[in-house]
Amino acid sequence: MSRDRRWALRWSYFFLVLFAIFFLTPPVYMLITSLKTSAEISAATNPWWVYHPTLSNYIELLTSPSFLTYFRNSAVVSVIVVSLTMLISVPAAFALSRMKFWGSATLATGVFLTYLIPETLLFLPLFKMFAVFNEWTDIQLINRWWVLLFVYPTLTVPFATWIMIGYFASIPKELDEAALIDGAGWLQTLTKIFIPVALPGLIAATIFAFTVSWAQFLYPLAFTTSADQLVLPVGIITSLIKGDVFNWGQIMTGALLGAAPPLIIYAFLMDYYIAGLTAGATKG
Amino acid sequence: MVDAVIQRSEVAVPARRRTGLRRTMQRKSTVAFLMALPLILLIGLFVVYPALYSLHLATLNKSMERFVGLDNFFFLFKRETFWMVVQQSCIFAITAVIFKAIIGFIVAHFVHNVPAKGQRKWRGMLLVPWVIPPAMSTLAWLWLFDPSYSAFNWVLAVFGVGPVPWTGDANWARLSVILVNVWIGAPFFMIMYLAALKSVPEQLYEAAAIDGANWWQRIWFVTLPMMRNIIAITALFSLIVTFANFDIVRILTAGGPIDRTHVFATWAFWLGIQGGDIPLGASVSLFMVPILAVAAIFILRDISKRGNEA
Repeated sequence: MSRDRRWALRWSYFFLVLFAIFFLTPPVYMLITSLKTSAEISAATNPWWVYHPTLSNYIELLTSPSFLTYFRNSAVVSVIVVSLTMLISVPAAFALSRMKFWGSATLATGVFLTYLIPETLLFLPLFKMFAVFNEWTDIQLINRWWVLLFVYPTLTVPFATWIMIGYFASIPKELDEAALIDGAGWLQTLTKIFIPVALPGLIAATIFAFTVSWAQFLYPLAFTTSADQLVLPVGIITSLIKGDVFNWGQIMTGALLGAAPPLIIYAFLMDYYIAGLTAGATKG
Repeated sequence: MVDAVIQRSEVAVPARRRTGLRRTMQRKSTVAFLMALPLILLIGLFVVYPALYSLHLATLNKSMERFVGLDNFFFLFKRETFWMVVQQSCIFAITAVIFKAIIGFIVAHFVHNVPAKGQRKWRGMLLVPWVIPPAMSTLAWLWLFDPSYSAFNWVLAVFGVGPVPWTGDANWARLSVILVNVWIGAPFFMIMYLAALKSVPEQLYEAAAIDGANWWQRIWFVTLPMMRNIIAITALFSLIVTFANFDIVRILTAGGPIDRTHVFATWAFWLGIQGGDIPLGASVSLFMVPILAVAAIFILRDISKRGNEA
């Protein structure tokens, strides 16, 4: 039995190493390429090894005004969208899980259904809606980075609300009854009891909202075109790829820098990240 | 407590109409509705309205001035590319989900086998593809697949295998797109299955071992039935996301070579944004709805079923 177990363990490690190689090859290769000069990239040497490591790609990108613009746009959009998401979804989740009103059960289901509607279904009608809005009011929405502030919440709010409903529902009813008896209003019950108790869920939802807004590609690609309005993923793809000339050293550096914020958050808050990931399907 | 009561009776003195309004404002259901109002507005304005609007758009001509009924759909049915896109989307989504589920299941098992202390480390490492923004990691794959400098082909050449046209040949390109999708999505399945594996009671395995079950029988008769729910729901979720996928195809092949890898989303983008024919693009993306609806119904049924059990 114990010999069986030992062999099972050895096989497990063997296959885990294989899968880890499969899963980590692209990011590692990003790093390898980002440390090379253009000359080394096009040389006929072993592509998996850096012979003359250099940080020139990083220096060039981090001092390039357009890259910094993309980065700033991404950061501003993500931070505002995360705040909006929490401001909308936390009170809504509280109302839906604790204070029943007419149609609240339908709305909870509707929120979940909204989460299942992909952005690829909505980008064309939204594009046309913004164009019509422009005709009516003369306010231009297309090709402005802040238009993303209206559309990103449609991706983050339903899921964040859904996770928060799950977390709020797991708080015992006695707790808010006690608060009500002590004279706390609904708002106080939410801020003094629900938010502190459901803090892990709140963090998970925040992380989720941030990663989604940081990674979103279709909406900015469809709605923004001028170089100064682009967010990072679109900026890297449209500005670093010029025609058929690929500057791979810089593209990989940009991609790695674009992947860094979610990766750093993940490295520090892995447990919350995973809790948020599994909450969507296992709670509720 | 006493203060609160006193305050409330003082407030109740002014004119009746104001107290009426006040009372409505303090009613639980009104407060609740107001708290949910931003959510309702957001969903109504930016999800429900555009969804219905796309139905309307699909019935207009290219310049969006004339009602043409179902002409856009008839036009699509006559085009060979449309049927190719339907076929490719289905092959892409189904194959990718099956491989993600299998790889996710296998990896979850191996992680579960490892002593609890090391599990965190492995789990953390294996989830990395899911954390990186897909647009960014697809760029890395694009570079790994590069026609002249492919790092994969370099490795293959060491073993004497000829250069593979990763994104150049139609079938290889389809395979590459699926490979990248599996790479991004398998970790999600792994995490979900790992959570499910941990919830299977140890006694069941002990009982199975006493009955003389081998490892295969343990998986088939204990693990799989216990995880059936989570397997189904994860697969359905993933089916929706994979079916509607845009980033990977767009960056890796942009639909090429000669439209051989287009899926609904990328073709709709190509027609609607780049081609300027929004109604036709909207008609294409509407074809995703039936499959999404079926998957959504199954997910909802499953969730409400579990809601009743709890």
